[in-house]
Amino acid sequence: MGYFLTREAFDGVVAELGKRFRIFAPVRKKGAGRFTDTDVILYDTVRSGSEIVLDAKSDYAFKEALTPLSEVLFYFTEANTQAASFDDRPILIFARACDMHALQRMDQIYLCNGPEDPFYRRRRELVHFALIGCSESFPNCFCVSMGTNVAPEGWLFSVDSAPDGCACTVPDAGCAPLFAAAAAREIDAAPCHVTENKVRVCVPETVPAAVRTHSLWDEYTVRCINCGRCNFVCPTCTCWSMQDISYTDNGNVGERRRVAASCMVDGFTDVAGGGQYRRKNGERMRFKVLHKIYDHRQRFGNDMCVGCGRCDDICPEYISYSNIINKVYDAAREG
Amino acid sequence: MENVYIPFASEILEVIRHTEKEYTFRMEFRGIVKPGQFFEVSIPKFGEAPISVSGIGENFVDLTIRRVGRVTNEVFEHYQGQKLLMRGPYGNGFDVGSFLNGETVVVAGGTGVSPVRGVIEALSTSEQAKKKYVIVGFRSPDDMLFRTDLKNWAERLNLILTVDRAEEGYAGNVGLVTKYIQDLPLADPSNARAVVVGPPAMMRFTIIELQKKGFRDENITVSYERKMCCGLGKCGHCRIGGKYVCIDGPVFPYNEAKVLLD
Repeated sequence: MGYFLTREAFDGVVAELGKRFRIFAPVRKKGAGRFTDTDVILYDTVRSGSEIVLDAKSDYAFKEALTPLSEVLFYFTEANTQAASFDDRPILIFARACDMHALQRMDQIYLCNGPEDPFYRRRRELVHFALIGCSESFPNCFCVSMGTNVAPEGWLFSVDSAPDGCACTVPDAGCAPLFAAAAAREIDAAPCHVTENKVRVCVPETVPAAVRTHSLWDEYTVRCINCGRCNFVCPTCTCWSMQDISYTDNGNVGERRRVAASCMVDGFTDVAGGGQYRRKNGERMRFKVLHKIYDHRQRFGNDMCVGCGRCDDICPEYISYSNIINKVYDAAREG
Repeated sequence: MENVYIPFASEILEVIRHTEKEYTFRMEFRGIVKPGQFFEVSIPKFGEAPISVSGIGENFVDLTIRRVGRVTNEVFEHYQGQKLLMRGPYGNGFDVGSFLNGETVVVAGGTGVSPVRGVIEALSTSEQAKKKYVIVGFRSPDDMLFRTDLKNWAERLNLILTVDRAEEGYAGNVGLVTKYIQDLPLADPSNARAVVVGPPAMMRFTIIELQKKGFRDENITVSYERKMCCGLGKCGHCRIGGKYVCIDGPVFPYNEAKVLLD
């Protein structure tokens, strides 16, 4: 069972939810894309349903709502430290099926890999999700191959763009009255999901040692410019670096932050004294790709990659990560 | 909830100077620590660096620090009575007890001696100290660390102290640590255990020599050094393949470590 809401009614529901939640959703920034006169779709706070982009994939992932690109951990005054306060209002994030799977990957790293991360935990407790259905596959998506085309449970309501309005399902009892009151009519509805993508990948079950030193990676030493965009748009890339800053007015006072890091960018492995691992971009590509489709699975039982294809969308050198997966598959079969 | 990222202030109880660039800071600390574990040492404004434990006492841990980076440069500006910020201990550390019986060979290079100092100390006081071989290498006679320990170890177990290069007339051994492995008078290398810690190239060639000598991969233990921003399995910098050096290591049996490709 579900509800059909007119666009205006949906705007009203979002405005009403805005009283309970800080709402993060994909929004279109006009003219802010990478090329002249192109737009970018990224996550921002919204107050109205009309701001939310339901019919296109966001260029950047929802993860920034949960793990900001730069986050103050604590302030220091000489040797005294004080944990940073934070906004403890509940958060509602509009996300797609692949994103909901990506959330599970983030939980695995932040909550299950070693001790729980207190900064992630406190924000995670506040986060709720609204599912955006996918009625069709977007360019470069390969969620079906990755088994992430159907969202896991845990969202309050779903919304699908329909002619003249929105089709919604509302498993959450707390939200149901709001939708019931705003609905034009009740309908039979289930969140849309795709069952086929144009892009298909085969993920190898095992990756023999020979694949790690295979010549397939050499191409990326030449093509990749290690800009790290693929990491920053990926919903499952979680790496960060610690950074201290001090205030210019008083050098004894400052803050320690963590900032998003990229395994493709120089400096990721630098140790004091000049030691460095993976100097070649092809080696970095191998490190990243095998983490997404093999190494993470060895630890947690599921692949890290959710097949959203954002890395392919953003790459300035037109490198196709999904192509690489298929090349790895072939190389793994060679043995 | 306890916030694992917030460091505590620890007093510098003593500063032991080994060389111009390497000091041991004896830091106030009470708690359970194993050789091979490490602390994240930090100085506000300069950042954090993972430093392995080189000595453990009832109310202190020793951190032997090489002055090579932004954080460690600043640490060297601190003196006895001042405080440093620390978090830890992190990592698995060495299972010291597993090396006490039978033949054991420890090969350590440069600051790599720090994490195994506690292991060598235990070997030197074990009942089977005569079956223990320790090969320690430094770049030059001026780069030697833990000189008092070296003297004590030489009396109790089989110590080979060597330097990569020395001026003419130097009386001690000159040559890489790898040079001494084939001549070790071991009764049964296939059941002997080995610990290897040092710079990556030294570790790689030492392991090759140990394998040639007849050591089995599962009997070789290594400890890795990688960039780490958290020590808690989160920041991702130290990951190699499916392993995180900070929480799965830094100590690994070589049969597991050999399949990890950086």
